Amino acid sequence: MRLGAAVLASVLLMTVDHRLNHLENLRAYLSVIVYPIQLLVDLPNSGSHWVSETLTARRVLIDENAELRQDLLLQQARLQKLSALEAENARLRELLESSLKVSDRVLISEILAVDLDPYRHQVMINKGTNDGVFPGQPVLDATGVMGQVSHVGPASSSVILITDPSHAIPVQVNRTGLRTIAVGTGSSDRLELPHLPNNADIQVGDLLISSGLGGRFPPDYPVARVIQARSDPGRPFAAVIAQPTAQLDRSRELLLVWSETPDSPPVRETDGLDEDIPPEAGEDTELTEQ
Amino acid sequence: MKASRWTAFWVISSSFCAAMVLTVIPLPDTLRALRPEWVALVLIYWCLAVPQRVGIGSAWVAGLLTDALTGTLLGQHALGFAVLAYVILKLHRRVRLFPLPQQIPVVLVLLTIYQLLNLWILGISGAAPSHGLAWLQPVIGALLWPIVFLALRAGRRRFKLR
Repeated sequence: MRLGAAVLASVLLMTVDHRLNHLENLRAYLSVIVYPIQLLVDLPNSGSHWVSETLTARRVLIDENAELRQDLLLQQARLQKLSALEAENARLRELLESSLKVSDRVLISEILAVDLDPYRHQVMINKGTNDGVFPGQPVLDATGVMGQVSHVGPASSSVILITDPSHAIPVQVNRTGLRTIAVGTGSSDRLELPHLPNNADIQVGDLLISSGLGGRFPPDYPVARVIQARSDPGRPFAAVIAQPTAQLDRSRELLLVWSETPDSPPVRETDGLDEDIPPEAGEDTELTEQ
Repeated sequence: MKASRWTAFWVISSSFCAAMVLTVIPLPDTLRALRPEWVALVLIYWCLAVPQRVGIGSAWVAGLLTDALTGTLLGQHALGFAVLAYVILKLHRRVRLFPLPQQIPVVLVLLTIYQLLNLWILGISGAAPSHGLAWLQPVIGALLWPIVFLALRAGRRRFKLR
């Protein structure tokens, strides 16, 4: 009797959770309950970071500081050029009467050292609705697209990686502009491009960038690099395998992106990456996105 | 002397919390698929030892929390744990009398049933694992059963739970 009720309840829950998205609230409440456990598990990791940060010698810090300063200088030099290019791009686009692509705003978050379900590629991050994170938000690391936010709690959220077998991302071959879809395979260093015809122009080494179609991921971020492209005339489609450029299993810091849709109010000051944007700015974008 | 309701609640829920910590503690990628289902082991112990306190209801709640913790479909662990609790409640009078080595095969069977349900649900929702390592997981869980049993029995005797 009780078993029947429990089984029925679970089956109902699973169906609703799988097919519809009405359970986000319930999941958010439950995630509050289990968040202490996740923090506790992450504690040795973040603790060792803290200890190594506090105990580093002054000398090492000075060296690191100098190095970072140098890096910053280099990046700023590049940025100067970039802003000129951006202005030029805007002018050209105005000539073509197409909408201007505005730069995206980002927020840095950290992965909690927590293992989730081994059969899904997900990670837990330490930002949630309190910081304006919303479901479906794209997540990047320094070298490429990592995935998107799948569930949000108040202080934490889970991110589904692009290599999860149930994940697909619209991409474009950077060299030729060919559009296709990259599907996760379940192994952390392979993406599949299952729908390319045999005569498609694609080579080993081609960079795949996000195409921005579908409206979920911002366009022009690197996604993967083709490592195998075989066309067998006996098969309907070419077998193309790509390797994600993002370090899916190594990054600790990742970037949450609020991409500006063209119909949102134009941003006057576009100075590239705004770190630590106020949460209400994120919520604004959330409303326009949905 | 019998422990109060509250002590029992705290002892049992803290053991479940410890199991959940073990469930999400980071492991190398190769070992992740082999991680035993700690929460299921703890659940089996409490259902065997104090079936009047831990039953299908508590199993279901523990499963739901595990679902939220590991990011699976809500209800996936809950269903497995509820079925697990039901089977143990049917068997507990017999299994309790078994010596510890003899309990291992029983636990193996229970964990295999649980894993089967789990894989069915994963398969239906389109995330079936591509390798057979998943079937090794119940074996490892069963081999770890004596440790779980002895640790939890020590805890239970200390707090005089009955």
